[in-house]
Amino acid sequence: MPTNVIMPQMGESIFEGTITKWMKRLGDRVERDEALFEISTDKVDSEIPAPVSGVLSELRFQVGETVEINTVVAIIDDEDWAVGTTNSVNLDQQVANEGKASQLQHSKSELSKNQVAQRSSPLVKRMAREEKVDLSDVEGTGLGGRITKQDMLDYLSERNKIVEVARPLVQPVQKESVSFITSSGDDEVVPMSAMRKTIADHMIASRRTSAHVTTVFEVNMTPIVALRKQLADEFIRKEGFKLSFMPFFIKGVVDSLKKFPVMNASLKGNNIIYRKEINIGIAVALEEGLIVPVIQGVHEIGFMSLARAAVDLTDRARQKTLSPDEVQGGTFTITNPGVFGSLLGTPIINQPQVAILCVGAITKRPVVINDAVVIRSMAYLSLTFDHRLIDGALADYFMSSIKNKLEGWNDSIC
Amino acid sequence: MSATTYVEAIRQGLWEEMVRDPNVFVLGEDVGVYGGAFKVTRGFLDRFGEERVVDTPLSESAIVGASIGAALVGMRPVAEMQFADFISCAFDQITNFAAKCRYRWGASVPLVIRGPSGGGIHGGPFHSQNPEMHFVHTPGLKVVAPSTAYDAKGLIKSAIRDEDPVIYFEHKYLYRRIKEELPNDEFLVPIGKADIKRKGKDVSLITYGAMVHNALEAAKVLAQDGVDLEVVDLRTLVPLDKATVLESVKKTNKVILLHEDVRTGGFAGELAAIIAEETFEYLDGPVMRITAPDTPVPFSPPLEEFFLPKTSDIIRVAKQLAIY
Repeated sequence: MPTNVIMPQMGESIFEGTITKWMKRLGDRVERDEALFEISTDKVDSEIPAPVSGVLSELRFQVGETVEINTVVAIIDDEDWAVGTTNSVNLDQQVANEGKASQLQHSKSELSKNQVAQRSSPLVKRMAREEKVDLSDVEGTGLGGRITKQDMLDYLSERNKIVEVARPLVQPVQKESVSFITSSGDDEVVPMSAMRKTIADHMIASRRTSAHVTTVFEVNMTPIVALRKQLADEFIRKEGFKLSFMPFFIKGVVDSLKKFPVMNASLKGNNIIYRKEINIGIAVALEEGLIVPVIQGVHEIGFMSLARAAVDLTDRARQKTLSPDEVQGGTFTITNPGVFGSLLGTPIINQPQVAILCVGAITKRPVVINDAVVIRSMAYLSLTFDHRLIDGALADYFMSSIKNKLEGWNDSIC
Repeated sequence: MSATTYVEAIRQGLWEEMVRDPNVFVLGEDVGVYGGAFKVTRGFLDRFGEERVVDTPLSESAIVGASIGAALVGMRPVAEMQFADFISCAFDQITNFAAKCRYRWGASVPLVIRGPSGGGIHGGPFHSQNPEMHFVHTPGLKVVAPSTAYDAKGLIKSAIRDEDPVIYFEHKYLYRRIKEELPNDEFLVPIGKADIKRKGKDVSLITYGAMVHNALEAAKVLAQDGVDLEVVDLRTLVPLDKATVLESVKKTNKVILLHEDVRTGGFAGELAAIIAEETFEYLDGPVMRITAPDTPVPFSPPLEEFFLPKTSDIIRVAKQLAIY
């Protein structure tokens, strides 16, 4: 029996992936769990293993094509299919395969439509015929994604609504957005990457969702700067990597989140969801965009584990070797544009979280302490929070807690 | 007015018909002096005399043969099988003779055969069966299976008045377990007319006999889980009220067929075929059967409990179908 190989979903908000390499050719024998192809998504690159053993009998997409998740990208057949091709793929076979491939290309669109149609019922098919509905437009909520009667009824009532309001509302908006943009012949037009599109969508979606407000605190980092300097050599010898400021900020945030659990919550409809776990996302800049690996279960781990996890995740984010579950489940995010020289920022909340901490550059500044002007290592910390859930005073209590933790640092480190 | 049990409703119906029409008489094993194994004919001998309440030898074939003869000369016999299981002893008389008279000669055989049927009473393999399908399968017979006291009384009266043979399956489990208030005035329940015992919009459950009560019980539980079950009580298997069945299927688009009889060759299979043939394009899920497994009715109480379709089976299947 032929088995479909599908484009897997590699993360919770990932809807497509680009095939970057086929490890096997048409007609090749593959073993179960053997790497079959490589994909690149906006969050991770990954090798996809074969779901079953058999012979690769269909390749539906070529390298470079971007495919929606759950699309069938290849078919693995039982060995019976490949009678006569036992060990080596001879020339005849290759020719035959090429013919087959072009045929498949041809029938691709028909196939996907038919597949959708199969997952319904006689009733749904009749309704579709009578109401002139293309079943591939209807989302199935039944068992195995089957389109049920209720799905059809929902679709039809929605369609009737859209027919009523669509013309006055939707059309002008589309026209306007198009008319913003003019391009002359000299301009270079480049399509956005999948990652760029996702970031764009997420940013706009977050702006539409949350009531963004930013508060700024100034923190005296002098004790931590001194501590870090003092431990620097020993640390690198013991651990093999440089102690950065990030684990200090994470620790400050985690201790404060424990005191103010609402900062670690999400809003769903009219309900507030308080997360038991604290999972801290760290924004990592990449050449072509941005990714937020997540340190899981931070509420349970000590400073050293936290420091190691932070280094490991940021390194692997830059190498694009994160696994899907390492970019999911964040409950609070820290971004650190200070490393690029930024003094303070007003970041956009990473949905569905309710706040994001922005760490500015640590610089020596003259400050007044006990009526004397002295030199201290200072940093601006800013917090963007969702005013739907969090009021200014609460956000400032939270920030004060972080500030106090950092300025009066007395945790043991090693 | 006090509530009437299922068995009392049958007794009343028989009594009323015997009072109304002197041609009506009852015969069977121990129906006279003893008043019947289940006391359906208690007091009949005193009221109607031994010419109209006939104790017979222990021979179902003779009971039915004599009944057919009497019917052919204008009487209206009501023959009691002590247990419906024993009706097979009269199989030839019923299927080759009674069932064919109308077809061969245009001869009327106004015969009723009462068959106390069904399990749940720890009766074992010879006192618990549901043999309706032998007769459903034989053209020329009518087959009824009431589930309530009202239907039991109304149908026994209609069966007696019918000009052709009617096999009347009365469920032993229901005899004294269900009761309801019956109208004082005379009433009939027409043969060939199903009854919607509970209206619902999500899933149709089609059944008959004692299983109607399991279905209604399941419907109550399912309602709390947001599944609105429609319970169609066939009441008559032959002639089948197709219109009511198909109308219900067209409304809910999902259907469960339930019976206490065993699975293979059971009435559910026939219904499933009709539904597929005539309402295919109204189906939004597979046609599901809930039946007893293909074994004799076990004597061991735990095994019998396992064998009989249960309310929990209905709830499970209805939920599966609802989300399909």
